[in-house]
Amino acid sequence: MIVLEWLFLTIAACDAAEPWQLGFQDAATPMMQGIIDLHHDIFFFLILILVFVLWILVRALWHFHYQKNPIPQRIVHGTTIEILWTIFPSIILMFIAIPSFALLYSMDEVVVDPAITIKAIGHQWYWTYEYSDYNSSDEQSLTFDSYMIPEDDLELGQLRLLEVDNRVVVPAKTHLRIIVTSADVLHSWAVPSLGVKCDAVPGRLNQISILVQREGVYYGQCSEICGTNHAFMPIVVEAVSRKDYGSWVSNQLIPQTGEA
Amino acid sequence: MADAIELKTAPADFRFPTTNQTRHCFTRYIEFHRSNCRCLAAKGEESNQCEKFAKYYRSLCPGEWIDKWNEQRENGTFPGPL
Repeated sequence: MIVLEWLFLTIAACDAAEPWQLGFQDAATPMMQGIIDLHHDIFFFLILILVFVLWILVRALWHFHYQKNPIPQRIVHGTTIEILWTIFPSIILMFIAIPSFALLYSMDEVVVDPAITIKAIGHQWYWTYEYSDYNSSDEQSLTFDSYMIPEDDLELGQLRLLEVDNRVVVPAKTHLRIIVTSADVLHSWAVPSLGVKCDAVPGRLNQISILVQREGVYYGQCSEICGTNHAFMPIVVEAVSRKDYGSWVSNQLIPQTGEA
Repeated sequence: MADAIELKTAPADFRFPTTNQTRHCFTRYIEFHRSNCRCLAAKGEESNQCEKFAKYYRSLCPGEWIDKWNEQRENGTFPGPL
């Protein structure tokens, strides 16, 4: 039974929100894996501190009950203990800060030139994606809108409020540059599995670099209040093999070259 | 399926190391349209160097921005050092 359960968990990755979910979604980029590892590091110290504080609190309430201990003590000084309870938290903070800064600075490292640039443009209330690396003129050759599929049009097995008509197709194991902006109000392009959340500001181009490590479909939602349908403009990223990505791009470009 | 799509795009520019790439897109656009005049004047056709700048700004800048700037250039109201 346990073996079967283990097999099932590794086959079906959690790349979308689950009902009653407590933890993170499964990581698909090195950045998200870094965030999860940092969370585990900090959580360890968190539990230590929580248990210690609760223990002292309960102990104090138990032993110094006013009926059992009617005369309160008046201890004012205690130099040794004061030094200890300053030094120990500093050490704990240092243990927390080291992995935290390591992750923070490694996020900013521009190591490799990206292979693809994709623009995600927020509108009220949908996303437009432009793949302009294949333009031969100022005319956009590969651009499409991505609307949420309404609940009434969902097929069996699809996720409510998360599915879209046109997904963002990207090649896996390839360095991507995503440029996020907006055409009207503030939005935010967020995909938890990829460890990405980037504000879409009108008049500004925000760049994020990601490397999707495995093929799969990753879901996210707009994360900056943008009006009535803010909850109904999700994001779906589909990571495929490079070959499949090449076929997909060719198929999208053909109608344009046919017309031209 | 056509021959393999080449996976190439505007490289990371160390003049613009931060998240905000607005200036990067604008600078590439200006570089092309400034050099475009020179390239066209000098060689009578777009050289590969100019075409490279063109590819860069098309990759980085949203289509709407490019259309707006092209229109402004035609009207003579483009707010940049061309």
